[in-house]
Amino acid sequence: MSDKACNCDCAKERAAQFTELAPTLEQYAKVPGSLITILQKTQEIYGYLSVDAINYISEVTGIKPAKIYGVATFYAQFRLQPIGKNLIMLCKGTACHVNGADMIEEAICEHLNIQDGETTEDGVFTLNNVACLGCCSLAPVMMVKSVEGDETYGNLTKDSVKKVLDEIRERA
Amino acid sequence: MRVVVGQGSCGVATGARKTAAEFEKQIAAKGLDIPVSVTGCVGTCYLEPIVDVYDDNDELTRYVKVQPDKVEKIVEEHLAGGKPVVEDAISDEDKQFVAKQQRVVLRNCGVINPENIEDYIAVDGYKAIEKVLKEMKPEDVIEEIKISGLRGRGGAGFPTWFKWNAAKASPGNEKYLVCNADEGDPGAFMDRSVLEGDPHSLLEGMIIGGYAMGACEGIIYCRAEYPLAIKRLEIAMEQAREKGFLGKNIFGSGFDFDIRIKAGAGAFVCGEETALIASLEGERGMPRLKPPFPAAKGYWQKPTDINNVETLANVPWIIYNGGAAFAQFGTEKSPGTKVFALAGKIKKGGLVEVPMGMTIREVIFDIGGGIKNDREFKAVQMGGPSGGCVPASLVDTPVTYEDITKTGAIVGSGGMIVMDEDTCMVDMARYFLNFTRDESCGKCNYCRIGTKRMLEILERITNGEGKDGDIELLEELANKIKDGSMCGLGQTAPNPVLTTIRYFRNEYEDHIYKKKCTAKSCKALITYNITDACKGCTLCARNCPVDAITGNVKEVHVIDHDKCIKCGKCMDHCKFNAIVKE
Repeated sequence: MSDKACNCDCAKERAAQFTELAPTLEQYAKVPGSLITILQKTQEIYGYLSVDAINYISEVTGIKPAKIYGVATFYAQFRLQPIGKNLIMLCKGTACHVNGADMIEEAICEHLNIQDGETTEDGVFTLNNVACLGCCSLAPVMMVKSVEGDETYGNLTKDSVKKVLDEIRERA
Repeated sequence: MRVVVGQGSCGVATGARKTAAEFEKQIAAKGLDIPVSVTGCVGTCYLEPIVDVYDDNDELTRYVKVQPDKVEKIVEEHLAGGKPVVEDAISDEDKQFVAKQQRVVLRNCGVINPENIEDYIAVDGYKAIEKVLKEMKPEDVIEEIKISGLRGRGGAGFPTWFKWNAAKASPGNEKYLVCNADEGDPGAFMDRSVLEGDPHSLLEGMIIGGYAMGACEGIIYCRAEYPLAIKRLEIAMEQAREKGFLGKNIFGSGFDFDIRIKAGAGAFVCGEETALIASLEGERGMPRLKPPFPAAKGYWQKPTDINNVETLANVPWIIYNGGAAFAQFGTEKSPGTKVFALAGKIKKGGLVEVPMGMTIREVIFDIGGGIKNDREFKAVQMGGPSGGCVPASLVDTPVTYEDITKTGAIVGSGGMIVMDEDTCMVDMARYFLNFTRDESCGKCNYCRIGTKRMLEILERITNGEGKDGDIELLEELANKIKDGSMCGLGQTAPNPVLTTIRYFRNEYEDHIYKKKCTAKSCKALITYNITDACKGCTLCARNCPVDAITGNVKEVHVIDHDKCIKCGKCMDHCKFNAIVKE
């Protein structure tokens, strides 16, 4: 979007809103083929891709917002909604499926009262089913991502997964 | 003396970092001067966390399942006292898991420290590229790979030398070598293990490939779900650059080659070459028609070669030991070794590397120890969503590209998911169709809509609403999807359905006509009942979320099937095994 499309100060405001993103855009905005990298950095900083963020990236790079949206929705990694402090990535790979990942999902959903893709009301957890974490010998597996780092939990049972979640909640 | 703690993703998931920290703490507390270092995954995932203690004369004692509470004893008796703790060490039986393998790709995994280039150099690392740059012409390298018979380990099994030669023959000075490290098959993790355990062998393989085809740059397209792999690759690349193995004028030969990492964003279809290239260019990962093949027009329309991690990690070994040495493993048409990821209902899950031509039975029973809880072996799923289920009756099939393809499955990237009598084959087909439906890029109608229709039919069948003619309809759709899809994803998506119909048609028929799931796995087709073993403890009734269980204290309880939601909570809570699933 060029300045002509909009006569207000929103572009300036957005620049002020996304100062942390500026170095990334400076590095990649003019490098062809960098859109996915830019979106990954944006999500790393803000946790998700907001409409404002997409518009801002569009203004700086000259890539149309529709195209950015198209790329963002194509890949499983990108989120358009904010997430909780802890992102539960529940593995739904083949080995996990065979070893009862559906049962673990049920236990998590019931315990936290959320469905796949949703965030708990207190903002502590978001649940995301993922294709495969590659720890198949420890199936069923989940990874919990937070600012403290990634922690993987294997050989889950209905009870152990609840215990893990309770421990994380206590720390939060 | 030194201590090495295995810290691949599996090890870390079982708490290896805590174990390593505990070793450091205990060693410091005892005032010992023994270094604690890191290694990758040795492949025996079921024994993690694994700790190797090397004595002063380099004799190895391997400790398994070392949780922090076991550390004190090992430090006191072995590190300080010099006497190994036999009861915590690996058993002779478990030693066979590794001993029966033939390790080429995994030669350094779980042995060297992946974060230290000196370790890799000490095991003849970067000697192959030195030999290539000092003694060989690009055609010689390609010839050596041709002699080895190396075929693509990512799934298709295309001869590697042919791809390299095609990229070399393409005109132009700007060429790219892309490593596909976007291991997308659910249930396969060999690439992760190589990236985490031996990143330098991949880098060396890429440099050799780059030289052979005249590429200027290498790109590793790595899954974002593998943060540890990306971290270790970055460390490895930095160290290689410092040593002058990567960058300008490598080994003073005048050959320039550098590598960068591009993190994938999660799309299975990006395993398809043209989709991967689109993704590298920052676009939606949609495949395009071939030709032109990437070897002619790939990344930014320049000649591009794409190889899988495992393929490239074989290359330094082949160059160093000679193509003929590699070809002596395996069979004539499928030479060399292949890494398989054993998982599912198996006793000893992990990574195994065996010569091609070994039978499925040898892999699952001799190495993997057979089926968990000694249940009956039913089938093994090979090749992920593009592959199929090989039934128990074909357990003596040799694992080669040709023989596995004959069964309707494929070798694929090497996932082997073992299933027992409790796994419903219709549900497996439904699971894979759900996956491919989600991952279809949507370009071809048959793939986009056809997989959805097939999934609907399979869901209907597993819900007990299957109709006469459903099997035939599935077969018709499957064949049309195969014909009407442009890329490998759509062309192979029906395979899990076709193979399960081929070998387990009776299960489909049971679901449709008898409304029965033999594996007792499809919720809609099972009922829970309470037997006379019930003591009337009321535990089940109290835990039933829908109050479907009634009965007086000390009397046999009854489940109201109209109310029951088949959650299985009663069965989990019953202490007398009085609840049965039928």
